[in-house]
Amino acid sequence: MDILEYSRLVFSDYTLRTITLGTAVLGGVTGMLGSFAVLRKQSLLGDAISHAALPGIALAFLITGSKDTNVLLIGALLSGLIGTFWIRGITTKTHLKSDTALGLVLSVFFGFGMLLLTFIQKQPNANQAGLDKYLFGQAATLVESDVWLMSVVTGLCLLVLLLFWKEFKILLFDKDYAHTLGFNTKFIDVLITSFIVLAIVLGLQTVGVVLMSAMLLAPAAAARQWTNSLGVMVLLAAILGASAGVFGTAISSTQNNLSTGPVIVLVASVFVLFSFIFSPKRGLLFRQIRLIKNRNDLEFQKTLTFMYHIVEDHEDVFHPHAIKILNNFQGYSRKGLRQLISKNYVTVNGEMWNLTPEGVEAATNMYNQNLKDD
Amino acid sequence: MEKIAVKVDDLTVAYNYKPVLWDIDLKIPEGVLMAIVGPNGAGKSTLVKAILGILKPIAGSVSIFDKPYDTQRKHVAYVPQKGSVDWDFPTTALDVVMMGTYGSLGWIKRPGANEKKRALEALEKVGMLSFKSRQISQLSGGQQQRIFLARALVQDASIYFMDEPFQGVDATTEVAIINILKELRKANKTVVVVHHDLQTVPEYFDWVTFLNVKKIATGPVKDIFNDDNLTKTYGINYKVSIQK
Repeated sequence: MDILEYSRLVFSDYTLRTITLGTAVLGGVTGMLGSFAVLRKQSLLGDAISHAALPGIALAFLITGSKDTNVLLIGALLSGLIGTFWIRGITTKTHLKSDTALGLVLSVFFGFGMLLLTFIQKQPNANQAGLDKYLFGQAATLVESDVWLMSVVTGLCLLVLLLFWKEFKILLFDKDYAHTLGFNTKFIDVLITSFIVLAIVLGLQTVGVVLMSAMLLAPAAAARQWTNSLGVMVLLAAILGASAGVFGTAISSTQNNLSTGPVIVLVASVFVLFSFIFSPKRGLLFRQIRLIKNRNDLEFQKTLTFMYHIVEDHEDVFHPHAIKILNNFQGYSRKGLRQLISKNYVTVNGEMWNLTPEGVEAATNMYNQNLKDD
Repeated sequence: MEKIAVKVDDLTVAYNYKPVLWDIDLKIPEGVLMAIVGPNGAGKSTLVKAILGILKPIAGSVSIFDKPYDTQRKHVAYVPQKGSVDWDFPTTALDVVMMGTYGSLGWIKRPGANEKKRALEALEKVGMLSFKSRQISQLSGGQQQRIFLARALVQDASIYFMDEPFQGVDATTEVAIINILKELRKANKTVVVVHHDLQTVPEYFDWVTFLNVKKIATGPVKDIFNDDNLTKTYGINYKVSIQK
């Protein structure tokens, strides 16, 4: 299937359209909120919340007997919120650090959820099948009303972000200072965390408990590499998240037996990998290139300075010297010499070298420059 | 009688049952440049944080110009320790300084041209105007400290609390900070500084508080900055001869 045909299908086919829209909106809102989680160094919060939501799903089913998505998601939301407030409680009331609190809540809630799931599966009731889709997600079960719900939450989230932008920013950067300015930091904190919980719960059906945190982190981590502005980072994370949704859906729907959630997460991971390597300012590749270039420049300058030191003791600075002397200098290499020759700073005759007028001028300039810097 | 800018009564703070500050009474007159000195773990930063309500004391009260602190926040500015924030945060120097205007703006309202103007003026005062668009992680430690100072200056408060502003800064920044302190004193502002370098106390400050969990002494530098109080505070026989 070519791209044109596929994109026609996205607009005409109900299922494909719903899934594409759903994953795009989901990727957008989680990317946006993920920026805040990443910058607060709460990257694992998403993981803990999504795992904490599992017992809520199981309990909602046990109590109501219904498998309606909205009912189950309300259960997920409640237990996700309870988990989050436990994490807050543990970190503020005990000596435990937040990573311990996150790990505790994650494993306790997830363990309890798995226990309930196995209990439900042992029931004679035929209705019980299919709850385990929340473990790994099943995008194919998305219907139009799910997408509407996601869009409403995303809209609400955007509105709150725009209204409280400066409050969120100052809370992220310097919470104590925000407090001294008279802002209720607890309120801002609860507000942003509640939205993170909401976004995660909405994604459970599509991506699942286990992989949900990647939706939160990957777009934000990738976006951070490209910008030094919070606004741009949030916007970019939303775009990357949405693209991961669209491309992930496209790949999984054109190949047989590829489940959508994991493919979306993999696409998002490719974004992260690409950003880590190729981003111009923070990327590994350009950093390495800058490093090598600086080292070469330095070697080149040092060699020239060394040569200049040798010749400046002589009356005639252009007087030739043996190449062998250069071996006494640690930074000397054949390559460095070739570079000097190609720049016309040095000429070589047999086993002898001498500086050219350009070379002498460059060396004196460099020398004066160094003096000035000190 | 001179006006009291900050009055602390019976302030006690404990981490995990261990008292960090014990029954502190403190009166800071308006217009003084005060250093809080004491050994590591004496509770100097904790005192400032408890006064500002960042830490909840288990007992005690704080009043600013004879009114409860909560109603007087706009008169108080805070310069936290430089290391208390993540400088890799995606923002610029100007943006950080603008944060100083958030308090007067209140909820939801965005900073506008007027706030930007004030922030630029503060940047100029600390000699950082040419760095306004610089990403904050690209600033040196001293420059970061000056950005924090500018952020507090924007608040145009009457009382400034600074937590170790001289820590790990170069000579240029130290001079810049001192000049700002002197200017603040000229404008009759009250400045409270958590300070480590005993040698510079008589030169930079006119008021001093000795702290080691309990308050040892507080008053004018010329009266109480002596070997006796230093020994009481630091627990060892302190024999630094300090020129007054």
